[in-house]
Amino acid sequence: MHTFAYARPATLAEAVALLAEHGAAARVLAGGTDLIIRLRDGTLVPDVVIDLKRIASLRPGVREEAGLVVIGATTVMTDVAADPLVRRHFPALADAAAVVGSVQIRNRATLGGNICNASPAADTAPPLLVYDATVVAEGPGGTRRIAVDDFFVRSGVTTLAGDEIVTAIELPLPALRMGAAHERRTRRRGHDLASVTLCCGVREDGVTRLSYGSVGPRPVLRVDETGILADPAAPAEARTNILEQLLADASPSPRSMRASPAYRLAMLRVLGRRALATALERLEARA
Amino acid sequence: MSAMAELFPIELTVNGRRRSLEVAVHHSLLDVLRDDLELTGTKECCLVGECGACTVAMNGQIVDSCLVLAVEADGAEITTVEGLAAGGRLSPLQQAFLDTGAVQCGFCTPGQLVAAADLLARNPRPSVPEIEEGLAGNLCRCGCYVQITEAVLAAAREADR
Ligand SMILES: Cc1cc2nc3c(=O)[nH]c(=O)nc-3n(C[C@H](O)[C@H](O)[C@H](O)COP(=O)(O)OP(=O)(O)OC[C@H]3O[C@@H](n4cnc5c(N)ncnc54)[C@H](O)[C@@H]3O)c2cc1C
Repeated sequence: MHTFAYARPATLAEAVALLAEHGAAARVLAGGTDLIIRLRDGTLVPDVVIDLKRIASLRPGVREEAGLVVIGATTVMTDVAADPLVRRHFPALADAAAVVGSVQIRNRATLGGNICNASPAADTAPPLLVYDATVVAEGPGGTRRIAVDDFFVRSGVTTLAGDEIVTAIELPLPALRMGAAHERRTRRRGHDLASVTLCCGVREDGVTRLSYGSVGPRPVLRVDETGILADPAAPAEARTNILEQLLADASPSPRSMRASPAYRLAMLRVLGRRALATALERLEARA
Repeated sequence: MSAMAELFPIELTVNGRRRSLEVAVHHSLLDVLRDDLELTGTKECCLVGECGACTVAMNGQIVDSCLVLAVEADGAEITTVEGLAAGGRLSPLQQAFLDTGAVQCGFCTPGQLVAAADLLARNPRPSVPEIEEGLAGNLCRCGCYVQITEAVLAAAREADR
């Protein structure tokens, strides 16, 4: 590994100042499960690595405040998956966090790192999109809130500015009942990223939110407001048509070593139907 | 930036023993355990967090030590495979690995043991699927998965007696 200067700021202000000072030559370190691999293979050679884990105000954890569940950016997947608030209100996010990598990876991998790394296959992205999450970022200009759908651009690229740090992810407590489910396909559990990762949420007012990743440059969110997908009694053909419309934004790369486009597109449909069925069951169970 | 490695003082507890040392900031916890502390039970293998040969427990949670910088372990409590045998006696889990033939070439064994000990600490009576999930981050190229699973089940039974 190339050497670098290691900074361990105690406050967010210090961390932001370091980022502003070093610009593109600095890199933020959370759990390191993406970053340390890049440092070792030389695809990233920062002068300064800024470790977020000793910043007092960024202490990991989940809390409820003013109609929101707020997850600290440095909260690891193990804790997201086990958290009672997340499990009660956002079970598909808990399910997604629980299948990231292996136990060893989940004990380090943070929620903030998962979205900032912006892999199209990030498993927490589809549930965060379905649950309408907001990314909270801190920069020299203060705090900025970014709808998660406006956060992802393409693989490795987000709308976060170079001198901003993600401090939290906010999830609005649902005003309407919702049932949601996460599904994924991977070549080898514990090691590989998803070939398809998908989340479906159905609301009691008939709105269905469908989000999928690893089938294009960024995770996609599509919404059905006709009520047809949410209605198990609707004609099968009508439901299939809507599902096809929602899945039309998938454009898997033919160059991926993980799976062929044909396989991904076929699995997208299988997982889409499966997640929809589970989401409807969960909605029913919440009634 | 100078080519000289930056040194950083850290203190950590490894297998119950406090250690103070200066580490290069770009060295992993794995590097420091093996090269500075000469605890070579922890193995270096894939270096991308996939194989689990470098698994250690850090503050009671297992991690791939190849993906942790040594400086990040400042203040931490680390348990390596060398810390599993109390008073020079193999733990029941280690003995079960030998008895079931879960140790073949032995290279993945330290990581498997640390991960299995962590699993049993969290879940003293794991089912086979729970063992598979708990050890999903540890590859065995000899393919001893059946024997490793048997060993964990045997150690759980032993603890129940
Ligand atoms: C073996 C293995 C298996 C994996 N399996 C999966 C999987 O199944 N599903 C999945 O989605 N991912 C998987 N990953 C990828 C990775 O573990 C996740 O993306 C993880 O959530 C990254 O978080 P981190 O805290 O480790 O990020 P880091 O590596 O610390 O950081 C990742 C990137 O985000 C930036 N960053 C981190 N935090 C912030 C912040 N708060 N503000 C601004 N920038 C920030 C960093 O500068 C860096 O560029 C796997 C990785 C490995 C090695």
